[in-house]
Amino acid sequence: MGTTPFIQIKDLQKDFKSKNDTVTALSGINLNIDKGTIFGIIGMSGAGKSTLVRCINFLERPTKGTIIIGDKDLSLLSDSDLRGVRQNIGMIFQHFNLLMQRTVEDNISFPLEIAGYSKREGRKRAGELLDLVGLSDKRKAYPSQLSGGQKQRVAIARALATNPQILLCDEATSALDPTTTRSILALLKDINKRFGITIIIITHEMAVVEEICSHVAIIDNGVLAEVGKVEDVFRNPRTEAGKKLFFNNTNIVRKMKGKRIIRIVFDGKSSNEPVIANLVMEFKAHVNILFADLKEINEKSFGHMVLQLPEDKDLSDKIIYYLKNIIKVNVEELIDYVVS
Amino acid sequence: MWLADLINILQDHMAMLVKETGNTLYMTFVSTLFAYILAMPLGVVLVVTREDGLYPLKSLYRLLDIIVNIGRSVPFLILLVAIQPLTTLIVGKSYGSTATIVPLVVAATPFIARLIESSLQEVDQGVIEAAESMGASLSTIIFKVLIPEAKTSLMVGGTIAIGTILSYSAMAGFVAGGGLGDVAVRYGFYRYEGEIMLITVVLMVILVQLIQFIGMKIARKTDKRAI
Repeated sequence: MGTTPFIQIKDLQKDFKSKNDTVTALSGINLNIDKGTIFGIIGMSGAGKSTLVRCINFLERPTKGTIIIGDKDLSLLSDSDLRGVRQNIGMIFQHFNLLMQRTVEDNISFPLEIAGYSKREGRKRAGELLDLVGLSDKRKAYPSQLSGGQKQRVAIARALATNPQILLCDEATSALDPTTTRSILALLKDINKRFGITIIIITHEMAVVEEICSHVAIIDNGVLAEVGKVEDVFRNPRTEAGKKLFFNNTNIVRKMKGKRIIRIVFDGKSSNEPVIANLVMEFKAHVNILFADLKEINEKSFGHMVLQLPEDKDLSDKIIYYLKNIIKVNVEELIDYVVS
Repeated sequence: MWLADLINILQDHMAMLVKETGNTLYMTFVSTLFAYILAMPLGVVLVVTREDGLYPLKSLYRLLDIIVNIGRSVPFLILLVAIQPLTTLIVGKSYGSTATIVPLVVAATPFIARLIESSLQEVDQGVIEAAESMGASLSTIIFKVLIPEAKTSLMVGGTIAIGTILSYSAMAGFVAGGGLGDVAVRYGFYRYEGEIMLITVVLMVILVQLIQFIGMKIARKTDKRAI
């Protein structure tokens, strides 16, 4: 409140020039990320989110705009100062990117080697971090001997070696199965709580954002579509891109195109009430449930449901009024809602 | 009996064959060593200055690329004769094993630079990016990521290079370059002593096999990518 955000992305633009033309991957991105948050950046593949995360540590130099971390404007730093800043920003990747010819321990101490620590200090820190990620017995193993989840744990340990204040995760769970994904996300959450490290997560999976993020930004076609607290964006996605992401099971809806279809959103309270049963009793009308989903976000229950209403306009108007004003759930109409 | 004759000849020329095998190995390994000293920086610079490299320098890359291509396209036998003045300048004479090292190094350097370039090129871009994200400098990336990660491939390349230099060294026999090739040319080609030529060829084959076997064994031992 009132204080400047920890990470400021300011009017960021990134163009990629090829011989014949220029492709704008990102433009006009403004984002503020507070210290200690887990911030999700979500978008379809090709939306520009990976470019965005690479701009945050200047692996990609923005064409326009800048990144300010703390009080440092990265665009004003020399190459060697920039390398110093990067030592304070950990990063993990979809394909782990471990050094295959080094042991687990030597992978983890690599950032310390770069930062000029002695081998002994590196080994000691590697030992602590291996305890943290639960792989103490793999100290001398090589990455090729580990499973995907274990490799990502090593990568996380490596990213934390220099005690960074920021951890960037680029599709860190996209190559992992659902169970492993959950355990990696739990580890990230634990790290966030224990060390107060700010985590920025790039993903195309809604489930990842729901599971651990407090804030989310939606990137669509290189621009920022929506940003806010996960609950708020989830409860009321304002843009097409947001609806697409939160509402991915849309092929069912497409079949019913042209009929009157609504989406109702529950917050923690109303989902315990038998809303649909009450509605049917009240109006003696046929209501078709096309899709329903309930989730836990930040220990609160949220859910949404897609309903097909009777064709009679009067009756369906009344139902919408009833849902909005009596039951007090969020209702939006999905007339001609088509998803590519 | 033919075999008995062969054994007799072998016994008669044993001392010379041992000496010339030694010369062949001497030329091969010393040339490889010097060629690597020159080719290693060349290969690294080729990888780093590429358009998609860590430090793109288009004009430097193009220049080196052309030089390497020219070096590789000159037939060794021509090069051997063509640079005799240079050889004389460096070694003091243009014949014998030590003199042969000069054209061998000149011929092998661009070839080895290409081998090194392709080995370094194989290193996963993601790993390099990870090192960059940790704030690694260019030299750190070269010496702690590129070269160590390409270790196995570099060793396989080295094995190929030694085999090729060995066979080049035999060609130097035509200009009295010393070694087993020289023996084959002198006895087999000029004096029609087929048996001696046969023996030198067999010795060459054994040497190449041994180098290949040992080289691959070492390469495999250093490979931690698949256990």
